[in-house]
Amino acid sequence: MTVKPRYLVLLLFILLAGSDPIYAANKPVDPKILHVINRLSFGAKPGEIQKVESVGVERYIKAQLSPNSISEPPSLTRQLSQLETLNLNTVEIRNYLKAPPQATPEEKKALQKRGGKILQEAVKARLLRATSSNRQLQEVMVDFWYNHFNVYSGKGNARYWVGAYEQEAIRPYALGRFRDLLGATAHHPAMLVYLDNSQNKASRRPGATSRVNENYARELMELHTLGADGGYTQQDVIALARIFTGWGIAGSGQQTNGKSVFYFDPRFHDPNDKVFLGRTIKASGQAEGEQALDILAKSPATAHHISYQLAQYFVSDRPPASLVDRLAQRFRNTDGNIRAVLETLFQSPEFWDKKYFNAKFKTPFQYTVSAVRATGLEVNNTIPLSRNLEQLEMPVYGCRTPDGYKNTQDVWLNPEAINRRLSFATALGSGRLPLIGTANNSPKNKSINRVQPLDATQLINTLGNSLSPKTQSAIAASPPELKAALVLGSPEFMRR
Amino acid sequence: MHSATKKSDRQRLIVIFMRGGADGLNIVVPYAEPAYYQARPKIALAKPGQEKGVLDLDGHFGLHPALAPLMPFWQQGNLAFVHAAGSPDPSRSHFDAQFYMEIGIPGNQKVSEGWMNRLMGAISNKTPIQAVSVGTTKPRILNGQMPVANLASGRNANKPIAIDRPQVSAAFNRLYGGNDALSQTYHQGRIAREALMADLDQEMKMANNGAPLPDGFVGDAQRLGKLMAKDPRIELGFMALGGWDTHVNQGSDRGYLARGLGSLGKGLAALAQSLGPAYQNTVILVMSEFGRTLRENGNGGTDHGHGNVMWILGGKVRGGKVYGEWPGLETAQLYEKRDLAVTTDFRDVISDVLARHLSVNDTQLSKVFPSYTPKQKIALL
Repeated sequence: MTVKPRYLVLLLFILLAGSDPIYAANKPVDPKILHVINRLSFGAKPGEIQKVESVGVERYIKAQLSPNSISEPPSLTRQLSQLETLNLNTVEIRNYLKAPPQATPEEKKALQKRGGKILQEAVKARLLRATSSNRQLQEVMVDFWYNHFNVYSGKGNARYWVGAYEQEAIRPYALGRFRDLLGATAHHPAMLVYLDNSQNKASRRPGATSRVNENYARELMELHTLGADGGYTQQDVIALARIFTGWGIAGSGQQTNGKSVFYFDPRFHDPNDKVFLGRTIKASGQAEGEQALDILAKSPATAHHISYQLAQYFVSDRPPASLVDRLAQRFRNTDGNIRAVLETLFQSPEFWDKKYFNAKFKTPFQYTVSAVRATGLEVNNTIPLSRNLEQLEMPVYGCRTPDGYKNTQDVWLNPEAINRRLSFATALGSGRLPLIGTANNSPKNKSINRVQPLDATQLINTLGNSLSPKTQSAIAASPPELKAALVLGSPEFMRR
Repeated sequence: MHSATKKSDRQRLIVIFMRGGADGLNIVVPYAEPAYYQARPKIALAKPGQEKGVLDLDGHFGLHPALAPLMPFWQQGNLAFVHAAGSPDPSRSHFDAQFYMEIGIPGNQKVSEGWMNRLMGAISNKTPIQAVSVGTTKPRILNGQMPVANLASGRNANKPIAIDRPQVSAAFNRLYGGNDALSQTYHQGRIAREALMADLDQEMKMANNGAPLPDGFVGDAQRLGKLMAKDPRIELGFMALGGWDTHVNQGSDRGYLARGLGSLGKGLAALAQSLGPAYQNTVILVMSEFGRTLRENGNGGTDHGHGNVMWILGGKVRGGKVYGEWPGLETAQLYEKRDLAVTTDFRDVISDVLARHLSVNDTQLSKVFPSYTPKQKIALL
């Protein structure tokens, strides 16, 4: 990497100053600025703090809440545009993977490779955006909502659809209306496959309910909306499953709207009235499901459940009840307007309570992405990042269970996990992680790009000189090639 | 520390958690009950002796054929089951039900310590690797005051990483020298990793002739077994295995369930074998948060149910027997007319193992399972 003249001067200063700590050149930054960056983004990148300082915290929040007002780095736009499969909708994906009649073994093999490419490109896009996008709150909310409406890529055809699921059902609504998000996830083939709703079919014999599959109905209430203590019964689970009978994926002869392979098949829909959460839902085909989603989205239990999770993600593992109540009220008053709820959250005294500053332990995803952001490296090879996430048991699209990955310290703070985080920090800090390596890097090129440790001073400045005296002295006492690793592996940097 | 004892003499307990609510009725199959076949036209397993039939256990129950690797243990009398066991809490939520089973207090949402961690406190020999869990996330069952070592899963688990280099760890030692949670975890991580890597390194060189362990659960199970065989300081082990939420295409002798059981069966057999002489003093307990509906659903799968089967494997287990009061499968005998009823509280089973195998006394037991008195004595050992 290149060393900017400013840092050369700084380095010179350090060398001359001898034992002076390396951070001394810059004053510490307002903790409020660090806090807002830590929570609304995946961490500071070089120059970020100065940017927030110059526009002010309030305007930074306002801009982040309107991601379309923020321009993206051209390098990111360019890299995303090179991902051939990223913007394919599910109909196009189906065509992309369609085998020609009487396909040869070679053609079949090539097709399999195409299938693998879809998932690889989706993972790459998520990591590129998380590390490089300027619309950081949008990325943070994609992380939040994808987990909330988790789909595991290892289930059947979901591997082809999780990327499209993020692009179509999560990303556009991440700061929008909850009901839209709920509807988009409910209709998406990835979710229909993952929670088996595509197989939830009423018997053709009138009155029979034996072909009903409860999986989606139960998780929809427990995880996506009301919460486990949301006041529903086993009878409600069965009723809701019956309401969703007939929702599925188009077969080869079935017409769709051209954008999605979602298909409602009235032949498999239970034609009876249902009683759901004490209300009678009149038999009306697909509209019953929409009505059920309306009821669930409007329920006070849902407002509370979502608010709790947002407060836990943004404030504290054990969020204060006062905040959760206030967010739930805002959720109800705005008919589930996510942007409005976040606005309330970011203005709340609880959010700004100093005791929560740097109190959240980063998840492996947050840790990995924030470390890369801090280096300012322009990543184009994301494979070392996805490998690290696999080792830390948080692969992108890889959570098996429908509750998604947790974001609390009790799950992620583990002895061996710390060993592995610090090893990642060491590889990254010492310049050994091939993040800017490309496939056509010849060994000759590699010898030119000699392994060079990152500049610890630059990293410390990027992070706002927020390291404790103890951390500073540990860094000062360590060999030069490990200083950057120690910054990225510091206790302060494990939290956000 | 009881350093005088031979390393294989130490009593050990390994818990394997099947996440997702495994279908106990297709694991230990009540093939003698006509209601079983009526309720499961697609996914029922055939009677013993028939093609792809269950492996007969006792004339009433049969074992899923994918678990054939465990039959030698049954025949040697090392493997027992407790059927219709489970949690008294009726929750059909995976996450609540797992939480209750892991903290050991059904219905309680406030306690956050797992029962295995409280057990460590009760039997503590105060070593940093008293309990080892496979994976880099912390399972609830081991959450709590006592430090727990963990080991990454998969083929690369025992490959060297940067922190193993003395220069690197020396630098981080300066950074994490405090008493805070992070420093303590770091410290535990360093000690545990050094101990476990030393054990694994030697063991792998000796036993494998360089051949890599199989990937996935079988390899992880074997690695844990070798560690425990080698190192008497490790008294408790934990592994979780997912993929049991079979709402669709559960299958009978083949399909999702059979595949999962195939891997679990091979893994358990490998675990038992890799324990070597220590197997004689080990109990392996296999459990899942709840069972599944008696009736199959329209997709050849099953939905969330209630009662389930617990498995107990080990050198001194009084096996070759299916324990527990069998409630029957007639509609009137079912829980809410749909699920196998629970007749044995899961804590009764665990309490018996703790008392007889780990010599946990009543006072200690009441700490492991607060405000609980075992309702029935099952003599599993």
